[in-house]
Amino acid sequence: MVPTSYYVILSAVLFGLGVIAFIFKRNIISIFMSIELMLNAVNLAFVAFSQSKDNLDGQIFVLFVIIVAAAEAAVGLGIIILIARNRQSLNVERVDLLKL
Amino acid sequence: MTPQLLIFFVLAALAVVGSLSLILQKHPIHSALSLIVVMVALAGLYLLMGAEFVAAVQIIVYGGAIMVLFVFVIMLLNAGIEEHTNFSKLAGYAGVPLGIALTGFIAAAIARSTDAVHAATTGGTIASTRQISTMIFKEFVYPFELTSFLILVAIMGAIVLAQREK
Repeated sequence: MVPTSYYVILSAVLFGLGVIAFIFKRNIISIFMSIELMLNAVNLAFVAFSQSKDNLDGQIFVLFVIIVAAAEAAVGLGIIILIARNRQSLNVERVDLLKL
Repeated sequence: MTPQLLIFFVLAALAVVGSLSLILQKHPIHSALSLIVVMVALAGLYLLMGAEFVAAVQIIVYGGAIMVLFVFVIMLLNAGIEEHTNFSKLAGYAGVPLGIALTGFIAAAIARSTDAVHAATTGGTIASTRQISTMIFKEFVYPFELTSFLILVAIMGAIVLAQREK
């Protein structure tokens, strides 16, 4: 019997680590992976609340989040390939065309 | 300490160590492998909660398809160790304290709310996968069909983006 709050706190910790990775990383692929980590943390909270409320809506939401993450990964990696081809670099600091 | 609590702590520690490794590794391929560890640990947690369908989808779609795509792109682009430019000092100084503060705020809000504290149900209802499939094709049939359209658009977008211009 694991309390739901344990799962939700773990989810918060994983989300925080994802945010730190998002800010800290300079490689565009690593930044994209930290977004996936944040999505996973949210999924954990969804499933935990779904189990605690005995309501399966949360698990179906997780399914939709996973589908959207798959679509996002396909498009995002296409964009990354385009950036790597045009800039010869994966560093986000070098992608500053819109910077003032 | 019940065996379930022990399994929870082992898997939670695995997930947190994997995420820390994702941050600390310099090479993107090592970050990707750390992320796979996190995803497998989360799949174990879903099994512990009795959400076996979500656990299977997590392994197949996240651990399988998405991470293979990531590793494939890392190898295709021959991504090396990330270089450290000093264009943005603010991210290095403010990033970690702000992230820890965010985690603390969320965790404190959860710990204080009495609503979330009551014990989790043991789960493990055998019929839950059957119930999920019934719900997907009855109540959630429109969103479900929309996701197939979304996948189609994503495939076309990826092809258009990645093709070499003539």
